[in-house]
Amino acid sequence: MHTSNAPVWTANTIDEALRLRAEHPDATIIAGGTDLMVFVEGGAVQLIEVLNIWGCEGMSGIEANEKGIRIGALTTWAEIARHPSMPDALRECANTVGAAQIQNRGTVGGNIVNASPAGDSLPLWLALDAEMEVASIRGSRRIKASDFWVGYRKTALEADELLLAIHIQTDVRDRLYYRKVGTRMAQAISKVMLGGRLRIENGIVTEARVALGSVAATPIRLMTVESSLIGKAIDSAAADLVAQEITPIDDIRSTAEYRTSVATRIIRSWLESEAGQQ
Amino acid sequence: MSPVGTGVPRADGPAKVTGDALYVDDIRPTGCLYGATVRSPRAHGKILGLERDPNFDWNGITVVTAEDIPHQNVVFLMTEDQPALADGLVRHVEEPVALVAAETRDRALAAAKHIRVILEDLPALLDAEIAENHEIKIYGDDNVFKRITIDKGGQVENGIVIEGEYRVQHQEQLYIEPQGMISVPREDGGLTLLGSMQCPFYIVKALAPMLGHKRMNVVQATTGGGFGGKEEYPSMLAAHAALLTLKTGKPVKMIYRRDEDLRATTKRHPSVIKIRSVVGEDGTLLQWDASIIMDGGAYNTLTPVVLSRAILHLTGPYRCANQHLSGVAVATHTPPNGAFRGFGAPQAMFAVERHMDRIARHLDMDPVAIRQHNLVVDGDISVTGQVLTDTGAQVVLDQALEAAEAAVRTPHKHPGGGIGRYARGRGVALVFHGCGFTGNGEAAIKGKVGLELEGRCVRILTASTDIGQGVETTFPQIAAAELGISVDRVSNAPHDTANVPDSGPTVASRTCMVVGGVLQEAAKKLRSALQAETGLDTNDFDDLLMARTNTIPLRVQAEYVDSGKFIWDNDTYQGDAYPAYGWSCSIVDLDVDLDTGEVLYRRFVSATDVGKAINPVIVEGQIEGGSIQALGYATYEEVVLDDQGRMINDRLTNYIIPTTLDSPEMITRIVEIPYTGGPFGAKGIGEIPMDGPAPAVAQAIEQATGVVLDILPMTPERVLAGLEIST
Repeated sequence: MHTSNAPVWTANTIDEALRLRAEHPDATIIAGGTDLMVFVEGGAVQLIEVLNIWGCEGMSGIEANEKGIRIGALTTWAEIARHPSMPDALRECANTVGAAQIQNRGTVGGNIVNASPAGDSLPLWLALDAEMEVASIRGSRRIKASDFWVGYRKTALEADELLLAIHIQTDVRDRLYYRKVGTRMAQAISKVMLGGRLRIENGIVTEARVALGSVAATPIRLMTVESSLIGKAIDSAAADLVAQEITPIDDIRSTAEYRTSVATRIIRSWLESEAGQQ
Repeated sequence: MSPVGTGVPRADGPAKVTGDALYVDDIRPTGCLYGATVRSPRAHGKILGLERDPNFDWNGITVVTAEDIPHQNVVFLMTEDQPALADGLVRHVEEPVALVAAETRDRALAAAKHIRVILEDLPALLDAEIAENHEIKIYGDDNVFKRITIDKGGQVENGIVIEGEYRVQHQEQLYIEPQGMISVPREDGGLTLLGSMQCPFYIVKALAPMLGHKRMNVVQATTGGGFGGKEEYPSMLAAHAALLTLKTGKPVKMIYRRDEDLRATTKRHPSVIKIRSVVGEDGTLLQWDASIIMDGGAYNTLTPVVLSRAILHLTGPYRCANQHLSGVAVATHTPPNGAFRGFGAPQAMFAVERHMDRIARHLDMDPVAIRQHNLVVDGDISVTGQVLTDTGAQVVLDQALEAAEAAVRTPHKHPGGGIGRYARGRGVALVFHGCGFTGNGEAAIKGKVGLELEGRCVRILTASTDIGQGVETTFPQIAAAELGISVDRVSNAPHDTANVPDSGPTVASRTCMVVGGVLQEAAKKLRSALQAETGLDTNDFDDLLMARTNTIPLRVQAEYVDSGKFIWDNDTYQGDAYPAYGWSCSIVDLDVDLDTGEVLYRRFVSATDVGKAINPVIVEGQIEGGSIQALGYATYEEVVLDDQGRMINDRLTNYIIPTTLDSPEMITRIVEIPYTGGPFGAKGIGEIPMDGPAPAVAQAIEQATGVVLDILPMTPERVLAGLEIST
C-alpha cells in the first residue's frame, strides 16, 4: 500500500484537461493507472503532482464511419476487445494486454503515451498507419504513428499537449496481423510483438507495413522487409532480412538472440500463412 | 456415513472468501511500530560501519544492530551458524545488517534506505561447483555442510555405459502472502510472536539462544501459503521483530514487500547431478552411480536434510543390484536456500527420469518400456537395504496410461494470435516420494496432539498449521470418524504454543499421515477416558456424553509411539529410510510453438497413490496445485542473479509463474494403497506432485521436437536455441 500527499487535479472536460495541463506541465498524468501505480509502488516514479483525466468527458469511446475509426484515448482494452467495428488484429491485441482486470482499467492512450518499448499495442499502430490526435490550449494537430515515438519512453508530445484520440483506416484489401510473444498467456510483458499489414491487389502486394516491438528502444518499422515485399506475390523470404533491421538487447526477460530469432520466425510464419490463403 | 473419504467443505473457506480471515498484516496491536531491514549490498565483505544520512529526519526512528542482541547472535535451527544480524562480516547479498522501527511503514522503509552499510569488499564465492575445498572459506575448512555416501552391491564388468549430467535451478516458493511477523511485549517480560508460519515451535527454539529465555508464545496468524518457504525463514523475522520490541518496548510489525521477499528469503537448492549407468541390451539397469552437488547458500539452514532426501531419491523407483550414491551440499556467498515442497526430491527425480530417457534414446527403446522394465515391485531391496512392500509404481503407471489413452485429443490453439506451427508431444514420468521424516525422525520428535471435550464438541490441539493444505478440515474429519460424530462438532484450537502441544513441524508431507495418526490415538484416548469416567463400555460417543454426571472439560493428550518396525542407522544410511512411500505417474501432453519455443500445456494426467484420501477434494487440489507449481519449475521459473548473487527479477512481472490460462486440463486419478501406520491408511501427499511434471515435460518436448534438454527451466529461449540447431 502506498500513500502520497501529492495534490491531484481532476479534469472533467477536455478544455479543463488542456488548461490544467498547461498550468501543470510537470504533473504526472493518471488515467487507468495500470502502468503508473506499478512505477509508484516500485519507487520508480515520485508523485509530485497528479493530473487525473480518468472520467474526462469526450476522451473515451469509439466512433466508426466511412471515413475511418476514431478511438478515444481513454477507451479501455476491454471496450476495444468487444467493439464490433474493431479489426480482428486489434481485438486480439486487446485480449493480450495484461489480464481481465488490466483490460478493464488500462486505456489505449496510456499504452501509447507511456511509450514503453514493450507496449503491447505500439507496433500495431505503426502497421495501421494510425494518426494521433493531440491537443493543447494552443490548438490541436495530428502526429503520424511513425513520428510519435521518438526515443526510449519518449513521445513527440509537447509539454502542454495531451493525446485525445487515435485515428485508423481500414480497407478490405488489407490483411492485418498481430502477434505477441510473452512466454505466458496472461500478465505477460512482451518479449516481441509483431504488427503487420499487407495490401493485396490482384495477387500483388502493393503496400506493406511490418512493425516490431521490444526489439529496439522504440517500436520500429522494418523498412527493408517492407520494400522487399512490395510489387510481387507474398514471399516469405522477406523474413530473412529481419535480423539486419533490429537491434534487440539482452535483459532480465530474454536475450537479443532469442528476440531476433523469434522476430524472424513469426514474420516468416505470418507471410507463409498469408501466402497460403491467396 | 464416516466423514473420512468425503469432500467435506473446507473449515477455513468461508472466512477466507469473505475477507474475515485475519492475516498478519490485518492485525495491528495498539501502539504498534513498523520495522524494516537494512541489508548487505554485497555478497561478501567486512563491515566497517553504518552511516546514517545526516540530512534524513531521524526523529522517532529506532535503530538496532548486532550490538543490541541480548545473548547469542544466532537464529538457531540445526546449527548456530546463522546470525540474526551480520556482525563484522556479511556472507551474502541482502543479509540483514541492521533494523529500524518507526511509527509508519513508509517512515521505516525510508529510514532503512538512509542507512548505508560501509563494507570492505572481500572476494566472493558464488559457484557451488567449485566451492568444496576452495581457498575462500565460508563454512568450516572445506565449505561442506554435509556429505553423504550410500553404496549397495559392487561394480559391474560388462554392459553398456551411459552417462549424463543434469542441472536444476533455484525456485521461489511464491506463497501469495509475503513473510510477516508481529512481536508484542508481555507483562512478564516475555514476548508474543504472531505471524505467517508453518512451524510455531521452531520459532521458540530459534529465538531462545538469542533472548536467553523461553518466555515467549508463538501464534500462527491465517497464513497465505508456505510451500516450505515459511518453515525456517519466519524465525529470522521473529528474531528481528523481537529485537525491535526489546529496544522500543512496543509491539513491532514486520511485513516484507514482495521484492524484498524474493531477494532475501530461501529458495529451492540449485543442483548439478551426474549419473553413470551400466545397462544390459534389453534395458535392464545393472549399475547406477549418481552424485549430486547442492548449493546451500551462505548458511546451513536445513540444507543437510534436503541433501539427505535428494540422495535417497537418486535411484528413482527402479530396481538395480548395484547402486552407488554420493552427494555434497556446499556453501556459497548467496542467500541461503531452504525448504521447498519436495525438499531435494524434485532435483533428484528430474535427473533420474531424464537419465531413464537417455537410456531409452541410446537403446532405441520406448520411454515407457524402459520404466516398465525396471520399476520396483514388492520384495525389491532399496539402496539403503529396505525391503519394499506395498509398492505402487506399476499401478500408478497403468492407471495414468489408461486415463491418458481414454482422454480425447485437445485442439491446437493459441490465444496470443499464433498461427499454427506447433509440434505435439507426450511425456511420461514415474516417481516415488518418501513420506514423513527420513529414518527415525518421528521417534526423535515424538509429536503430540491434545483433544479437549467441551460440552458436546471436541477441540483439537496441535501445532500443525493450515498453510492451504487443508489440515483445519482433514483433522476434524479424522477425529470425527474415530469418535463416530459429525465433523461439525470438531474444531481446531488456535495454534498458540502457549496452549497446544508440540506436534512437530508442518513439513515433509507428515501432517496428515503422522500427526493425523497421533490424533486418531488421542480420539481413542478421549473415548477411553469417558468410558472410565462413566463406567460404560459402549463406543457410542453420545451415549458416553449422556452418562456424564458433570460438564467439566476433559483433556487428553497422545504422543507418537514408535512402532519399532522401522530401523534406521543415520551414520551408515542403512535401513528403512521412510516408513511409507507415495507413488505417482505424470503424463503431460503439450504443444511446442515452433516459432517461439514456447511450451503450451494441453493436458496433465496423473495417477498418485495417497494411501487413503481423507478428503478427496483437498487431495485433488493438492495434486493439481503441486503439479502446476512443478510445471512452473519445468518451463517458466528462473531466478536471475547479478554478479553479487542478488535476484534481479524480483517482481511478479518478471519472475514468471504459470497463470490459470497457462494451466492445462487436468485429469487426476487417486490411487489408494493403504499405509497401516497412517490414519485410515493415509500417506503423505503434499510434496509428491512436485516431483514428476518437470521430467515429463522434458520428455514431451523431446518427443515433439527432438530437442533434448537436461537443464531447468526449459525456457522458450532454450527450446528455440535447440530448434535453431535441429532445423
